[in-house]
Amino acid sequence: MYGYILRRLLAAIPVMGFVALFVFLLLRLTPGDPAAILAGDTATPAQLEAIRTSLGLNDPLFVQFFNWISDLMRGDFGTSILSGKPVIELIADRMEPTISLALTTITLSVIIAVPLGVIAAWKQGTLIDRFVMLLSVLGFSVPVFVIGYLMITLFSMQLGWFPVQGFKPIGDGVGNFLHRIALPTFTLTLLYIALIARITRTSMLEILGEDYVRTARAKGLPESRVLMRHALRNCSVPIITVIGIGFALIISGVVVTESVFNLPGLGRLTVDAVLSRDYPVIQAVILLASLIYVLINLLIDIFYVLLDPRIRYS
Amino acid sequence: MKLSKTLKSKSPGLSGLLRSSLLSATVAGMALMAGPTFAQTLTAVKHSALRVLDPIMTTAYMSRNHGYMIFDTLYALDSDLVPQPQMVESHTVSDDGLTYKFTLRTGLKFHDGAPVTGEDVAASIARWGERDGMGQVLMSFVDSMSGDGNVFVMQLKKPYGLVIDSLAKPSSNVPFIMPKRLAETPSTEPIPDQIGSGPFVWVADEFQPGVKAVYAKNEDYVPRDEPASWASGGKVVKVDRVEWVVISDDQTTLNALQAGEIDYWESPPNDLLPILQGNSDITVRNLNKMGMQTIMRPNTLHPPMDNVLIRRAAIAAVYQKDVLDALVGSSEYYNLCGAMFVCGTPLASAVGSETLTEGNGMDKAKALLAEAGYDGTPIVIMHPTDVGSLRTQPVVVAQAMRDAGFVVDLQAMDWQTLVGRRASQAPIAEGGWNLFITNWVGADVFNPLVNNMVNGKGSDGGWFGWPDVPKLEELRMSYATAGTLDDQKMLAEEIQKISYEEGVYAPIGQYFIPSAWSSELEGVLDGPVPFFWNISK
Repeated sequence: MYGYILRRLLAAIPVMGFVALFVFLLLRLTPGDPAAILAGDTATPAQLEAIRTSLGLNDPLFVQFFNWISDLMRGDFGTSILSGKPVIELIADRMEPTISLALTTITLSVIIAVPLGVIAAWKQGTLIDRFVMLLSVLGFSVPVFVIGYLMITLFSMQLGWFPVQGFKPIGDGVGNFLHRIALPTFTLTLLYIALIARITRTSMLEILGEDYVRTARAKGLPESRVLMRHALRNCSVPIITVIGIGFALIISGVVVTESVFNLPGLGRLTVDAVLSRDYPVIQAVILLASLIYVLINLLIDIFYVLLDPRIRYS
Repeated sequence: MKLSKTLKSKSPGLSGLLRSSLLSATVAGMALMAGPTFAQTLTAVKHSALRVLDPIMTTAYMSRNHGYMIFDTLYALDSDLVPQPQMVESHTVSDDGLTYKFTLRTGLKFHDGAPVTGEDVAASIARWGERDGMGQVLMSFVDSMSGDGNVFVMQLKKPYGLVIDSLAKPSSNVPFIMPKRLAETPSTEPIPDQIGSGPFVWVADEFQPGVKAVYAKNEDYVPRDEPASWASGGKVVKVDRVEWVVISDDQTTLNALQAGEIDYWESPPNDLLPILQGNSDITVRNLNKMGMQTIMRPNTLHPPMDNVLIRRAAIAAVYQKDVLDALVGSSEYYNLCGAMFVCGTPLASAVGSETLTEGNGMDKAKALLAEAGYDGTPIVIMHPTDVGSLRTQPVVVAQAMRDAGFVVDLQAMDWQTLVGRRASQAPIAEGGWNLFITNWVGADVFNPLVNNMVNGKGSDGGWFGWPDVPKLEELRMSYATAGTLDDQKMLAEEIQKISYEEGVYAPIGQYFIPSAWSSELEGVLDGPVPFFWNISK
């Protein structure tokens, strides 16, 4: 197992290298000039050239790429062209809201969606099943920003239970943190409930038709034991896959939710950086996002082994 | 503690226990909910996020606004557009008009405790003079600058009538005074620290680009005695902190203001104004009486717009009302105004702008196109679709030009692509362009020296579009040395007349962006820039 993990980590290196090169070249091909953005309206061509030179933008592309990669090797993600702040600081500032939202959303979604999916499959064709499916369709169909605005209108503007916007780190008090993260979590949770409940139901339906489930029932096992131990455990692989990908999606940025609730997360950092052509920030954020995907995929594979002893990686 | 005792004495037994538990839970809950609180924190949502902190290196309005918070100026314009001393106590001019000697107010200190000296002033003005258009003109008259103690001396090569006006320039770039060690930074590199002598102190630790910028009251600041008027007068800070928070979504900003989570919204979009105006807890007012000028700028370097007749045809086709109806909507917040130096200022003139404001230029446009022998070469108009205040004008202008007989290639792009591309002097086929639209704060265009568009220096030193009109440069220099306001008015009108004749640019409307704030705020100042002193909460 450890050998497998090591091989997967080593295999991630060329993937990351390719992503780095791709992002770097793509950005240089994109129209827009960070120097012109920085200088503003009245800079002369000579001043623009001076700014480009001071930013290293006049160096040949391979020199710029080599400099960036060698800085990365030393753990230096560079400096934001516009604000002059270290990129690592900018990312660190934005990590907590994003990770917080991902954890609260996924946790709440799993707590609600998995039982819903199990019950829907167990009671297939009944009103409960139809209700869960209706909820699932709604969660998929209604855009997140609509749900967000509805939540704000009801719970913030009408009832005054939650603030409209903003984020408080957990260090400012657990109550404060939960008070701010609640509405965005509920909003995103609806989407993820739809996704996870549907996958759970489908997987469960498949498993519930298996011979060993019939055997378990014939043995007189309680239905809860049949469902939870024999059925759910055996259909957990696709559920874990969806949960993992969902987590990665939130970590790599949910711009709409972040904008509606004014959460200073990685999604907004990425969009802002792209719109202002802040190359070092864009490069670092995209590289980080790919790293997260690689690691989460690895984690999912490890979970497969833990949940299904039949899976073995040689 | 006292409350618990009282409660206990009045409610013994189980119910008392329950109440005590409830009280404890409530207190604990409140403690959990309470974040760090600051008395008198004013929370504002600005028109954009602050990213570049050097207000001399860039012309970005957010950087300028940041500059006004932490830096101070030698002079500042009042609401009558008259320069008033700010950091300066007094000044003298030699009889030959060549030596200006400024004495600074006593007690001026930078945020690091160092006194403000004439040397700091000389270095700051020199750096500003490298970057700013009006500063560059001033520097062309300056022979030397020096400082000694609280005295700053400017020696001119020849008399120049706009020395004080230059030092009181209200908008980008503003001649802010910074410590010499910062002002010696090359103007193409950002200053390393944010140390000024202004009414607020920069809280560097709390700065999150794109999220929040924080300013604390400068307890050592000594305001002038005069009442505040625009950027002049006493900058009396009446709150402990000002936080500029970024909320990218307008609906969320609206909700946050209505819920009392923010105090001030610099530029709400027009479609949300009726909601704000209907809320008695919110004040909505236009603070910037000069407003904004939206303009169309042709590129004079490449066909077909290298032909003056084609440029004039394009301008003649446009009716400001159509543009402003699309951009603003309510006529309460716009003004048909063809004055290049802004309606409502001493230099305002309607000369040359009749078709723009009366909407009767379509026939003239068609006739000019015919006279020019226009061959149907497409006009490339750059269309920034990601900026609300620039999204509509290109569409209206393109349609007006099509109606006149132009073939238009309206190219959608984001603003930063436009910013990079407009600097290109390449032919159209190689990524060039024919026309773009942008907006200016009135204070950036209100005289021929600050108005970049009437610069006639051509492709070497001119502004994007690069009209090569030597006569304009002669007139601008005459304006710079004009002795009286009447002379200035006459020259400004002549500059405007020639600019329209040469089709160097066209104002396509003046509009106003009201701000909205909690009615709990008092003392919000008018001005071309949102100021945060004088406001109490």
